[in-house]
Amino acid sequence: MRKMLALMTGGGTLFGGASLAHANGWNMPVGVTDLSAEIYTLHMTIFWICVVIGIVVFGVMFYSLFKFRRSKGAKSAHFHENTTVEVIWTAVPLLILVGMAVPATATLQKMYDASDAELDVMITGQQWRWRYEYLGEDVAFNSNMSTPRAQITGEEERGEHYLLEVDEPLVLPINRKVRFLLTADDVIHSWWVPDFAVKQDTIPGFINENWVRINEPGIYRGQCAELCGMDHGFMPIVVHAMEEDEFDQWLVERKEAAEAEAMGVDREWEMDELMERGEQVYGSICASCHQADGGGSPPAFPGLAGNQELIDDVDWHIDVVLNGVSGTAMPAFRSNLNPVELAAVVTYSRNAWGNDTGDAVQPAEIVELLE
Amino acid sequence: MAPKLPPHHSLQHSSTTATAGGQVHDDHDHHPQPRGIMRWLLTTNHKEIGSLYLIFSLIMFFIGGIFALVVRAELFQPGLNLINPEFFNQMTTMHGLIMVFAAVMPAFTGLANWMIPLQIGAPDMALPRLNNFSFWLLPVAFTLLLSTLLMPGGGPNFGWTFYAPLSTTYAPPSTTFFILSLHIAGVSSILGAINIVATILNMRAPGMRMMDMPLFVWTWLITAFLLIAVMPVLAGVITMMLMDINFGTSFFDAAGGGDPVLFQHLFWFFGHPEVYIMILPAFGIVSAIIPTFARKRLFGYASMVYATASIAVLSFLVWAHHMFVVGLPLAATLFFMYTTMLIAVPTGVKVFNWITTLFRGSITFEVPMLFALAFVVLFTIGGFSGLMLAIAPADFQYHDTYFVVAHFHYVLVPGAVFSIMAAVYYWLPKWTGHYPSEILGKWHFWLSVIGVNLTFFPMHFSGLAGMPRRIPDYALQFADFNLVSSLGAFLFGFSQLIFVWVIIKCVRGGVKAPAKAWDGAEDLEWSVPSPAPLHTFETPPDFKPVQH
Repeated sequence: MRKMLALMTGGGTLFGGASLAHANGWNMPVGVTDLSAEIYTLHMTIFWICVVIGIVVFGVMFYSLFKFRRSKGAKSAHFHENTTVEVIWTAVPLLILVGMAVPATATLQKMYDASDAELDVMITGQQWRWRYEYLGEDVAFNSNMSTPRAQITGEEERGEHYLLEVDEPLVLPINRKVRFLLTADDVIHSWWVPDFAVKQDTIPGFINENWVRINEPGIYRGQCAELCGMDHGFMPIVVHAMEEDEFDQWLVERKEAAEAEAMGVDREWEMDELMERGEQVYGSICASCHQADGGGSPPAFPGLAGNQELIDDVDWHIDVVLNGVSGTAMPAFRSNLNPVELAAVVTYSRNAWGNDTGDAVQPAEIVELLE
Repeated sequence: MAPKLPPHHSLQHSSTTATAGGQVHDDHDHHPQPRGIMRWLLTTNHKEIGSLYLIFSLIMFFIGGIFALVVRAELFQPGLNLINPEFFNQMTTMHGLIMVFAAVMPAFTGLANWMIPLQIGAPDMALPRLNNFSFWLLPVAFTLLLSTLLMPGGGPNFGWTFYAPLSTTYAPPSTTFFILSLHIAGVSSILGAINIVATILNMRAPGMRMMDMPLFVWTWLITAFLLIAVMPVLAGVITMMLMDINFGTSFFDAAGGGDPVLFQHLFWFFGHPEVYIMILPAFGIVSAIIPTFARKRLFGYASMVYATASIAVLSFLVWAHHMFVVGLPLAATLFFMYTTMLIAVPTGVKVFNWITTLFRGSITFEVPMLFALAFVVLFTIGGFSGLMLAIAPADFQYHDTYFVVAHFHYVLVPGAVFSIMAAVYYWLPKWTGHYPSEILGKWHFWLSVIGVNLTFFPMHFSGLAGMPRRIPDYALQFADFNLVSSLGAFLFGFSQLIFVWVIIKCVRGGVKAPAKAWDGAEDLEWSVPSPAPLHTFETPPDFKPVQH
């Protein structure tokens, strides 16, 4: 069996045309993990089995169509049953299937074993971005598509990684077993990186598990695979896989940056600082629904510019951002954004687009509310 | 496809109609046949209702096809060029819903209405008034569904599989109308199925045993049982959605203690048998056409019946293969992988039987035969990709990509749809009394075959290379495949105008067909005149079973 699989893969490499790990353009990538290579082998094995069966079946069919034409004087025979033949062509496919089920079962068992991971990453799907949280490391960030709108509408030339680029990629070490814990805040999404052969639905209220051990450093791209609403096509995944020491250093830097930000909670922030930070947060988090100009797309996504309810009541505004509105598409951001970001984005939307309330919400106020 | 109006005398003649129970009706004397639109609204005749179903399905085939072409036009090149993502999602959703529930299913029901009574020697369906009601529910259901496109917030935009909570908490306000329309369509399907079961079990010509029935009758009998079993499950799941949306329940809302995955289990418990509902009658059609034009009896009649029944039973045990990536436990994944792989066995038996029927036959290539042969080849290709998808580890890569789109379109378009076209070409002489144009039919066939392969074959590659389904815009490496698919789709779409032309031409005139329009045809329908008069088999036919 192993020898046959090796042969098939040999053929597969011919067919795929590449020992290149990815991007051959028209076949499943071999990928950069042991499991992705194993899955590729299964894929090519079942593919060649189908090709062989196809050649035999269609061969007999087309032979009959050419040979037994009435225009060539064919007279029809009268047989219409043959128990032996029928038993054979029931039993042979059954044996082939058993032959396929054995290696497929072995691979599945490995895929399901997420034990002994060295790093846990929580992946949260949101309309329409990913949030990554390094559990136990106090490092968490959102990852949004960074392809400019102008490229999508065709006003600007499209770049090499059109639709497959993000502002902050997920950073992972190679050669370490990384466990993913996957969930979602709103609807079902699906986190998929073809080079890892990892595709797992992220389901609101439930936590799924998957894992990866990457063999080669590099940048790997994928997309959300489960229809999740309007911008389903615009929530890519980018993973930057680093050497282990490089990753450790990156993680330390991120932790320090997170601590510095946490310090900022205690001080009084200037209006300009809040507006600048708020515009940034608004652009990456809020604009996909409420639009960059605050116009929204009613009825699902209300406009914020000139929204009287928002202008009149700062407490209500903060509550909506922190806790969401149940029964609507507005999620709770209390655990997705830090207090500085929350204060900044509320301040921004209370003062941008002519809302001009003059309110500057301080991070310290948010901290109080969160407790 | 409307049947020729029957000669006047046959109407008078039908004043006494024997039914299965042996009672005698004479309503025609008391109620003069209504004319114009009322005739079609009130008809209880299986042939007229069959024609209504077929015409309705053809119209819906074009509407669903236009939606598909909107999708393919947007995907012709990278970028958002014609429509916004919100409308794109409505188009993919409506295309799926209309094609499944309004085009393919009613087409098969129309064929059943026309042909089952003729093939078993019955004067009509067992429950003619119910039959009328089943049909007229459909225009109501789908007018309602299509009208959601004009409502505030737009129509359904969550895919034809309408996974919660995208279809509940996050759905547009029109979703309640979508649920109502699906309920109505479901009632129509259940009533139609009950009628078909009652007809087949009670109204066969004297002497026709179950194992003497043509395979189209057999496959429809099994399909009807599938419908009766699973349409109520669909009704249940959409009612739960309705409650979640309007009455504050939380069946599918984790925040209230519900489970979004429960939706998928219920949906696919309906959905997987549903896809066999759309293919089993196709097996029956092909099993009628291939022996006719190979002039040789169907090989392995009994094994065909057993294979169909096995597929139907297995269809209840495979649903979670649509859900390998939702986080099923290992044991469940293994179970559903094994059962799914098993389906290849009875399906293989069918393909082998068709091919052995061809072997040492005396074959000609009339248009119905061309469509039936293309069915065998292209459906088998769809079967191969299905076998690949069954391998659960590999499915983690295939799932929700264009590879899946390629797979189910291969089994549904050159599968189900080609079989319906084959059936129309095959039985048009019986319906209209004229042969359909052979030249136009061949143009229609070849352009359709080329179009369908150009559209769907490249999708295997774009899917394997990593293109997810249901996206309105894509990365640049998928551009070439999408361009070819879009060109193919437009070729296929416009080729269907030839089909309409063939049908209209055939209704109006053409070469006259005798009772037995095809020299190799054997079943009972070929013993009545062409066109079949409005009322047939008022006295049961003299049925002599072939030794199966």
